Amino acid sequence: MYEIAWQPIIWIISFVVIAIVAYIIRASGKADYKGGEQEKPFLSGNEAPKEEMHIGGSNIYWGFLHSLEGYYNSMKKMHSGIINDYVSWFVLITAIIFISLFLMEVIK
Amino acid sequence: MNWLITHSPALLILLPLLAAFLMPIIDKINKKARNIFAILIFIIVEILVIILAFDIIKNGMHVYAIGEKNPLQTIPSQAAVPIRIVLQIDAMGIFMGLISATVCLAASLYSLAYIEEGKGKGKFYTLLLLILVGMLGMEFTGDIFNLFVFYEILSIASAALIAYSRKGEASEGAFKFLVISSISALFILFSVALFYGQYDLLNIAALAKNMKYTHLDKIALALLVSAFAMKCGSVPMHFWCPDAYSVAPSSITATLVAGSQASLYALFRVCFTLYGVKLDLQLIGGALIIFGLLSMFVGVTMAIPQKDIKRLMAYHAISQTGYMLLGVGAGLYLLGKPEFDSYGIRAMEGGIFHIINHAMYKGLLFLTAGAIFYRLKTRNLNEMGGLAHKMKYTSIFFIIGALAIAGVPPFNGFASKLIIYESVYKISPILSIIAMLVSILTLASFVKVFHSAFMGPKIHDVEEVPKSMLIGMCVLTFVIIFFGLFPGFIVNNLVHPAAMALAEQAKYLQAIGG
Repeated sequence: MYEIAWQPIIWIISFVVIAIVAYIIRASGKADYKGGEQEKPFLSGNEAPKEEMHIGGSNIYWGFLHSLEGYYNSMKKMHSGIINDYVSWFVLITAIIFISLFLMEVIK
Repeated sequence: MNWLITHSPALLILLPLLAAFLMPIIDKINKKARNIFAILIFIIVEILVIILAFDIIKNGMHVYAIGEKNPLQTIPSQAAVPIRIVLQIDAMGIFMGLISATVCLAASLYSLAYIEEGKGKGKFYTLLLLILVGMLGMEFTGDIFNLFVFYEILSIASAALIAYSRKGEASEGAFKFLVISSISALFILFSVALFYGQYDLLNIAALAKNMKYTHLDKIALALLVSAFAMKCGSVPMHFWCPDAYSVAPSSITATLVAGSQASLYALFRVCFTLYGVKLDLQLIGGALIIFGLLSMFVGVTMAIPQKDIKRLMAYHAISQTGYMLLGVGAGLYLLGKPEFDSYGIRAMEGGIFHIINHAMYKGLLFLTAGAIFYRLKTRNLNEMGGLAHKMKYTSIFFIIGALAIAGVPPFNGFASKLIIYESVYKISPILSIIAMLVSILTLASFVKVFHSAFMGPKIHDVEEVPKSMLIGMCVLTFVIIFFGLFPGFIVNNLVHPAAMALAEQAKYLQAIGG
């Protein structure tokens, strides 16, 4: 019988205990706090209306994508959207497996 | 009850097949009756699969010779080899059957509201039932030619449903899917011809017994491995996946994932059962590991820049397939070696457990993407935002699916990934490191989706999706949470027998006799 390396039930109990502790800490804060400037939304240091504050999907991880530009450019070329290319890759991989099987026999 | 269990292998294929052909007639008579009939069939199939699963886990493999008076007699009295169509269901087959039936049930419930009336809903359910027939047939058949037939049924029904909306991009996705599926089907058919020409046999067990691993068998192996690896979305043959997954109706995308996993099953069946230890285990096992690593890395890195929510999820489907290929590939690599019993089988269990986990959470994620599309009529993440204000249940389902796919405890994705990390580490620590890195990138990618679609100020004035769609998502969420909380129970009762069924080729061969 397989003994699982971790116990999810214990993990959940731990999570609940931590959540209760966090709630107690939060509850011990000022009850009459009304908020201030630190709660206002800022975009690149500029104050902006709340409705315009949403960052769209394209802008997230811009730095990650920019630093891997070379990789992504080559990947975009591969993902051409042309069915002929898809079939070519398929046939190429079949040929590689096929050749490898026969090479293994020669090596053995 | 005994009669039902004996005949359930045939019933599980016949019932949805007959229902599929009855569907257009019932559709003409009454629309409500059509919906009830479709859901009823999916529920009956699910119950039958569960009953059969219990029996297989308890009493072992089922064989069923179609057309024979005594369906348990696989070899007719006048013959020396099996000549009829034989269904052969072991723990691995029924494990896959459970996945297919559950995903199709969730998809059918979801489609009640998601697919609009008056847009060929009757045809939609006909094709959905045929997809189920194709998947169950592939998973239950013990005959290589019928594997090809069911593969074709699955492919053609899937292509028709990808093009369901009849819009330009849907037709393009379906066309690409159909072209690539047809070529892979021809590869399979050619392999079948090579086997039949050499051995006069089509039964998988009989073929495996007589397998001489000739040059022709090697050609057949190359064709089968590439065909099924392509259909399960392995890099670098994955290009069709984002094109097809993103344009299909969301309920169909969830079933396409299950369909890809049926191909993954066929790949494992060919390697472990048809060829077994006669195979160049290190070469083919190593190839599966390389396919797995490439799929994991390319899938997740290509997901990150996507703006189309379903295209992003499609790349994640490729990435997650990589984990399965890595786990089971590691098992194949070690098959027959002393290390197999210690960590080879464990890697296989991780890979196989990940198949069912992936089907559930990826199915759920595609359904949540469908829920967003249902309300906003866009898949573009840049046009979304603040949906959690109104679509609270969809948001919760998405969070659960996203945490599960990212391998965050205590969800099911973590349980299977942990087994994979532990076991493949012993082959090479690099494998585990790449697998963990991919998990981190997966989490990053879904944080992006959650932020873009659900967080932020209320931009769209939308309502929560209809109840039937929520029920469809709820079915999969329940399975995800249950599997996450009781992974030991699932591994011991479902996954371990499935892994052993693949690894123990001799048992599969003995069941046929002759």
